[in-house]
Amino acid sequence: MTMAPLELTQEMDVPKIALKGVKKFFGPKVVLDGIDLDVQRGESIVIIGGSGTGKSVLLKSILGIIQPDAGTIRIDGQDTTHIGGRERERAMAKFGMLFQGAALFDSLPVWENVAFGLIQGQRMARGEAKERAVATLGAVGLGPDVANLFPSELSGGMQKRVGLARAICTRPEIIFFDEPTTGLDPIMADVINDLIVKCVKDLGATALSITHDMASARKIADRIAMLYKGRLIWVGPVSAIDDSGNPYVDQFIHGRAEGPIQMQIRAF
Amino acid sequence: MQRLHAGPAWVHCDTPYMAPPRPSPSTLTEDTPLSSDGLGSGKEKAKFMNFLSAIGRATLTFMEAAGHLALFTFTALAHCLRPPFYFRHIGRQMVEIGFYSLPVVGLTAVFTGMVLALQSYSGFSRFSAESAIATVVVLSITRELGPVLAGLMVAGRIGAAMAAELGTMRVTEQVDALTTLSTNPYKYLVVPRLIAGTTMLPILVLVADIIGVFGGYLVAVYRLGFNASSYINNTWQYLEFMDVVSGLVKAACFGFVISLMGCYHGYNSRGGAQGVGAATTNAVVSASILILVLNYLLTGIFFS
Ligand SMILES: Nc1ncnc2c1ncn2[C@@H]1O[C@H](COP(=O)(O)OP(=O)(O)OP(=O)(O)O)[C@@H](O)[C@H]1O
Ligand SMILES: [Mg+2]
Repeated sequence: MTMAPLELTQEMDVPKIALKGVKKFFGPKVVLDGIDLDVQRGESIVIIGGSGTGKSVLLKSILGIIQPDAGTIRIDGQDTTHIGGRERERAMAKFGMLFQGAALFDSLPVWENVAFGLIQGQRMARGEAKERAVATLGAVGLGPDVANLFPSELSGGMQKRVGLARAICTRPEIIFFDEPTTGLDPIMADVINDLIVKCVKDLGATALSITHDMASARKIADRIAMLYKGRLIWVGPVSAIDDSGNPYVDQFIHGRAEGPIQMQIRAF
Repeated sequence: MQRLHAGPAWVHCDTPYMAPPRPSPSTLTEDTPLSSDGLGSGKEKAKFMNFLSAIGRATLTFMEAAGHLALFTFTALAHCLRPPFYFRHIGRQMVEIGFYSLPVVGLTAVFTGMVLALQSYSGFSRFSAESAIATVVVLSITRELGPVLAGLMVAGRIGAAMAAELGTMRVTEQVDALTTLSTNPYKYLVVPRLIAGTTMLPILVLVADIIGVFGGYLVAVYRLGFNASSYINNTWQYLEFMDVVSGLVKAACFGFVISLMGCYHGYNSRGGAQGVGAATTNAVVSASILILVLNYLLTGIFFS
């Protein structure tokens, strides 16, 4: 019995996600070159970085969809870098993921997409799951009439929101958002930002988001990490983003073409 | 001397897999004088080496693909036995394969039976063995043509559909999305298709057998002027239980191969629309070839 408090405090100390030296190559191309990052329980981290710097690859590596070539990934202290089968499935139950391209199941109606984790993962009855799905759709600003449409009948922004609803419907402990507000109008983008904040604050979820939208990043992030050339060149609290003292971060957040980050373009 | 000839070919081979421990430079110059080993000029030798390494590469690619496929099959079969089972999906695939393939398989069967009757009539009447037509039709249909033609038609219909569907799901990250929703893609996508393919093809072939024999009957009775009851009698007379069963066992194997090829190529497709297209082609071609090869092997086992 005396052990209990100790175990509790230990558990509090273990970061929810711990990356150490994660590397990923695609052929000769180095995409991730030693990523170290600890994400605490209930924390919201936003990863920023240029297009094609490997942000999506990083999220997929943590999920085990892409096998990193080096380094370790720990979820709740458990090394999940190379697990498979049942263990992987169990680890996955903690996650919700919004894919950059939404990745909706186009053979299923919208509500079944949203309720998928409930029906298949948690074996919930279909009627009950549908209710939950419609409620979650409401939270992302989609009416119940959308529930019976198919993904191909939705606009890009609506698909994105359905993907978001699917990611949060099971109330996962860890949620990944790959560009949640891309393709949305400014008002809806703000609604989604609020929703993400709500997920983290109310449900106590740990969130890892990718965004190019600095307004969104400022709103949802506790900490911001910048990925450049396969490394996290700056990690800091959101309040420090404006005086980070890092010329790369400055250039990025102000969206300037001139600066240390040179875009690989040629005149045409 | 034998080793010396082989030496340079390996050394110059640029495929990383097959390079054995390279001889150190000193042993190279000692043991293998590069241009005086009977192979003629350096150019010719380079050609020969390229040829060898091309063979090696092709062999390795083949072995790799075979191993990959074996692993895929093994994983899928292991998941067939372990819960959870997606009965809803198994049912849906069964309807898709079994029910919706009926028209095309039935049409194939009826025309095959009709052609068989016509052909064997024109052939057998040369030595007045017309009475054997009924037997020829029923044996050819149940033992060979039913399973093979149904298999090939279903390979085109279902194998292609499976590869295209799974391939599209793969390239649009839907397969990855499945894993993030605690659903194993093998269980959810591959297993229902394998089960449906293996169980539905025998049923399809049984139907095809009946329709095919009926086609033969139609031609024999209404075109060639056979007596209806004696044709039916002849049909039954020499038909053995084993003829039908062997056809159904073949059908089950073909069904498994069709689903396996569709799933394997779809599941492992890469790239975009082009990758899905390639997967579809590969699924149909490989399933068709495997059906023909398997058909020979199974016939050998059954009737040797
Ligand atoms: N499956 C793959 N095979 C080969 N290269 C890949 C693969 N996936 C990603 N890459 C490469 O990895 C790099 C990073 O890709 P990623 O999708 O992570 O970019 P990103 O940071 O998410 O960009 P964006 O902001 O545009 O989404 C890209 O240069 C891409 O070419
Ligand atoms: Mg991305």
